[in-house]
Amino acid sequence: MRVFSTSLAVALLMTATAAFAAKDTIVIGMQDEPPVLDPTQNAAAAIDVIFSVNVYESLTRIGEDGTVKPSLATSWTIGEDGKVYTFKLPKGVVFDNGEKLTAETVKWSFDRAGAPNSTNPTKRHFGNIARIDTPDAETVIIRLKAPSSLFLSYMASGGAAIFDPKSADNNKSTPVGTGPYKFKQWVKGDRVVLEKSTTHRDPSKAQIRQATFKFVPDAAAQVPALLAGDIDAFPTIGATETLDRFKSDSRFQVVIGSTEGEVPLILNNNKKPFDDIRMRRAVNHVIDRKSIIDGATSGYGLPIGSHFPPHHPWYIDLTNRYPRDIAKAKELMKEAGYANGADVSLKPPPFAYARRSAEIVAAQLMEAGFRVKIEPVEWAQWLDVVYKQKNYDMTVVAHVSPWDQDNYTRGLDYYYGYQNAEMDALMKQALVESDETKRKDLYGRIQRKIADDAVHAFMFQLPRTGVYAAKLRGIWKNSPVSVTDLAGLRWVD
Amino acid sequence: MSPSPASWRGREYERPLPRAQPIRYNGAVLMTSFALRRLATFIATLIATSLVVFLVLEVLPGDPALLMLGIDAQPDAVAALRAKLGLDKPAVERYLVWMAGMVRGDLGISHTYGTSVAELIGERLVVTLPLALIAMTLTTIIALTLGVFAASKHNTIGDYGVMTATQLGIAIPNFWFAILLVLLFAVALGWLPAGGFPGWDQGPIALKSLVLPAFALALVQAAILARVTRSAVLEVLREDFVRTARAKGLTRTQTLWRHVLRNSLIPVVTIMGLQFSNLLAGTIIIENVFYLPGLGRLIFQSINQRDLIVVKDVVVLLAAKVVVINFIVDLLYAVIDPRLRTQR
Repeated sequence: MRVFSTSLAVALLMTATAAFAAKDTIVIGMQDEPPVLDPTQNAAAAIDVIFSVNVYESLTRIGEDGTVKPSLATSWTIGEDGKVYTFKLPKGVVFDNGEKLTAETVKWSFDRAGAPNSTNPTKRHFGNIARIDTPDAETVIIRLKAPSSLFLSYMASGGAAIFDPKSADNNKSTPVGTGPYKFKQWVKGDRVVLEKSTTHRDPSKAQIRQATFKFVPDAAAQVPALLAGDIDAFPTIGATETLDRFKSDSRFQVVIGSTEGEVPLILNNNKKPFDDIRMRRAVNHVIDRKSIIDGATSGYGLPIGSHFPPHHPWYIDLTNRYPRDIAKAKELMKEAGYANGADVSLKPPPFAYARRSAEIVAAQLMEAGFRVKIEPVEWAQWLDVVYKQKNYDMTVVAHVSPWDQDNYTRGLDYYYGYQNAEMDALMKQALVESDETKRKDLYGRIQRKIADDAVHAFMFQLPRTGVYAAKLRGIWKNSPVSVTDLAGLRWVD
Repeated sequence: MSPSPASWRGREYERPLPRAQPIRYNGAVLMTSFALRRLATFIATLIATSLVVFLVLEVLPGDPALLMLGIDAQPDAVAALRAKLGLDKPAVERYLVWMAGMVRGDLGISHTYGTSVAELIGERLVVTLPLALIAMTLTTIIALTLGVFAASKHNTIGDYGVMTATQLGIAIPNFWFAILLVLLFAVALGWLPAGGFPGWDQGPIALKSLVLPAFALALVQAAILARVTRSAVLEVLREDFVRTARAKGLTRTQTLWRHVLRNSLIPVVTIMGLQFSNLLAGTIIIENVFYLPGLGRLIFQSINQRDLIVVKDVVVLLAAKVVVINFIVDLLYAVIDPRLRTQR
């Protein structure tokens, strides 16, 4: 009997070891659940986090360093003053439902996205397309109305994913794509499961056999879920104050990186008192970035002085453009006719970084004589009251799209309420300029212009704070786009 | 409430207490009028609720189409989506279309998920309903045991212990208690999952995911109900028939469970009815802490995403649920106290 139980124990141990060594599944935690699974129907970042790159593919993709990389298009050429793009597609690309991908499929997808009745969240990216030609099954020629240095980045977005015409309408609940993973299951409110595609053109690409994305909305619940081993990876953990605990636990690795999310204290340039540049500069002289970053991001955010990500080589440090100087701020306010201070509203949306930084910044502004009324709003309210009706003085929100400096040319219809002819001219040049050195110079001038005009009071770059199982490799440190590159992930012993 | 002369008759004690029986009203007329009255209340409640929830959601800021397409969306894409969702129609028309659908049993299509609302609610009910039933069962068992125990040990250590414990139970917020439970049973001991729900297709193992949430929900309710039970039992213990029961030779325990408990149940059942109706407010929080895909989560998500049709449908459904629970409580009164059957 003893022999039996010993051998049984050994057998069990061996099975357990084998199972452990062969780990090829992963459970990834995320805060928000996608409402639908189709990025051409809904702008929710959670859709891209799960499906872009993994299931759906676009012509191009954005790499970890933020540059444009080939995806469905293996190569491309740009001709005729940057107005004609010729993309080459690989042979033998099939969708999960067995349909073949050809140049016609690409044309169909883009025609659909730019159609007059299209409800694609990135519809504006397709307005610049004049014509699409498909000389053969592996070539797509796109003619633009005007040259655009951002066109290749736009083509990388989830909204520009290539769909199969037969399954496109059902992608909201049963995604069909060409990527290295295919959709398996969606248990609403709980999880989405993907598994390795058997029909992908490069079968060696993915190592993880099955990936489960589990939704844990509550920041306080994310920590025990990791500690209990229910979740292997949480790329954007909500409670940053708990990271020290994971750092000292050998079962985990903590990866801190940057995102494309600039977080300014946004000022309404088209409404009193911030229609006056002196008042905006006064705010800039008051804010103390260090204490905001410590309080709102547990010290992990990087300070910024303009609208540009600090991890990018073209970044210029403008954080000392307005040194902290309360007396100077009061003087500016007096000049602007607000010697007795000003009553201002601050409407932060329900994100931890926004609510926390709003409270700290409000306390700082009071020192200079601003009477700040914090009115927390939920996201739907923010979109309606702040974004659409522009009924606000100050707000805080991260701007997560890459190359979104063109927001400063969107005029008085946009919620910034900022309009400036010099800025419009700079941006126009930057968009059509194909020479990289000249573009760098133009983006430098744009950064300075935004800071000089004190459009907003820039605070910090949103950090990416991830907790992962110690044996996981292939993790993206920075996240220039909201995707999870499953094909790059692997387990080590 | 003094006991009726009937309970003084000596023989009454030798027979077992009457068992629950179907309600006998004084004739069919009374029964029909009662049922009709109930039905009228039911319909009126639903219409009033539907109007209130519709008006509240009308004035609530937030555009579902803008929420779905995000801040980079082109205005004409948002307008096209509004038209597709039927949000550009006048309010009266939208209300009537919604009501007409309800009458036909068609709850409509969710804006955000794009699937039938009935299906969405169905998927969530299979989590929330078992959770609520387990929580309510736990509440009842814990509360009745503690309440009767405390009353029987009135003014002793046992009584004080229960009173202190229940006071604590009322004071502790359930979401905080939930996190403590997770830290102990999921993180430290590893007996139960920290959250999530694998689905019933995984078999009875799915029940494990409901244990901690059910306890978290039951704690506060059980604390309140135990105190109510204790007071009710103490009240009845002072009645003369209890002394009679003891005098004819029943032990303390026999008296307590056979005569006293049943006579104290009216206030207990009233509170239980209220608690069962309120349980959903609790699940909104608890389902978020344990990330369970239940009805509470659905409401929370739908309000945030301005999935107005889902919010409206679920609110009306909940109103219907409260009316039905009140009706069941009324029926239970008659089962518990046969005298109430003829007092209509």
